[in-house]
Amino acid sequence: MNNHYDIIVIGGGAAGLTAGIYLSRAKVSTLILNEGAVGGQMVLTHEIANYPGIENISGYELARNMKTQAQKFGCVIKSNIKITGLKLNGELKEITINNKDTFTSHAVIVATGGKPRAVGVPGEEIFKGKGISYCATCDGDFFTDKEIIVVGGGNSALEEAVSLTKYASKVTIVHQFDHFQALEHYVAEAKSNPKINFVMESKIIEFMGDESLRKVRIENRATNEISEMNVNGVFIFIGYVPNTAKFEGMIDLNEYKEIIVDKNLATNIPGVYAAGDSIVKRYRQVTTAVADGTIAALSASEYVNNLKKELVTV
Amino acid sequence: MLRTNLTHVLSNQEHAELLQENENVMICCGRMGPMCIPVYEVMEELEGEYTNVKFADMEFDSPDAKVIRNLPECRGFAGLPFVVYYKNGQVVKATSSIQSRDQITEILDQHFGNNHK
Repeated sequence: MNNHYDIIVIGGGAAGLTAGIYLSRAKVSTLILNEGAVGGQMVLTHEIANYPGIENISGYELARNMKTQAQKFGCVIKSNIKITGLKLNGELKEITINNKDTFTSHAVIVATGGKPRAVGVPGEEIFKGKGISYCATCDGDFFTDKEIIVVGGGNSALEEAVSLTKYASKVTIVHQFDHFQALEHYVAEAKSNPKINFVMESKIIEFMGDESLRKVRIENRATNEISEMNVNGVFIFIGYVPNTAKFEGMIDLNEYKEIIVDKNLATNIPGVYAAGDSIVKRYRQVTTAVADGTIAALSASEYVNNLKKELVTV
Repeated sequence: MLRTNLTHVLSNQEHAELLQENENVMICCGRMGPMCIPVYEVMEELEGEYTNVKFADMEFDSPDAKVIRNLPECRGFAGLPFVVYYKNGQVVKATSSIQSRDQITEILDQHFGNNHK
């Protein structure tokens, strides 16, 4: 088996798949190594209605289309693997995966994306799927005529709180600050919904129940007062954390563990580029991930071409 | 029918036959949604590795899926997909909501042995 590629892309979300499409189409041999399911955060989106040129598509369909497109150009994709070894310095990069296979390349594009942020308090893991959910469209109907909490204050939290009123008898939004980060029209829509009420400047400190979630303990951050609320479900929408832990100490990260890149999406290591939700940027959308994937692919491709020319000259 | 490459269980009878004919069975009962698709994908990949296990799916909203929805082991579940593992027709494990490849293989190894390829 030939385990050498011109470029290895780590991550198979919108950024990684786009890089795979661009590189493979340009006849640059490319391997995508993906630790989860192909599609990344895209797959977690039921409906994408603002992707230019496509009126309406599910995240799953868009991801599948991108994957097929990349593979048709010759891109090799290995998903649900685990990366166990990384050597990013030097002209030859080395990546080892859980079955002990080692792959080499001249350049690497890190497109590892992010994962939903957990509240991180006792009971969260126990009641995941038994009252705690991170997907309103998946699990909303389990809470028909029941009382639920939505945690968060951003666009997703407010939008999903409104959508969950289709099922729940009462939705309480618990948010840690005294104001929302969501755009004004999301806030206005939530505030005008009679089924929604608000517990501000508060955070959940424990999930409690038996075979399923029954109640939560809530701490008011302003008064330190602790109270309990009986609920059947809690939906958590408090943003994402970048999947960059394995690069700490190698690639420069900022205080939020996001990868620091220049305008060509190059990192501090020559031949290592980064794209998508794992890099420092303000707007995290499928469209911005696709743009990042394109830029990183073109930059990495140029780097590899120059490297090959140097090797020939030498 | 779910758009996967897994064996589809379409009725009560097919469910019973599947358990009758296979010692080790994993059934993912879900929809084509964000929490279910990654589980189907892992199962499709594991089919080639765990030849001692029959991997199947079942549509959560089909009436006959009550054979899974109403299992005592699924009481309290409120997150798709419901995944049930059977050995000799008996439930040995059930999980709710998305599971990673590592979580799934840990269950397979624990209950069905790790004599896969």
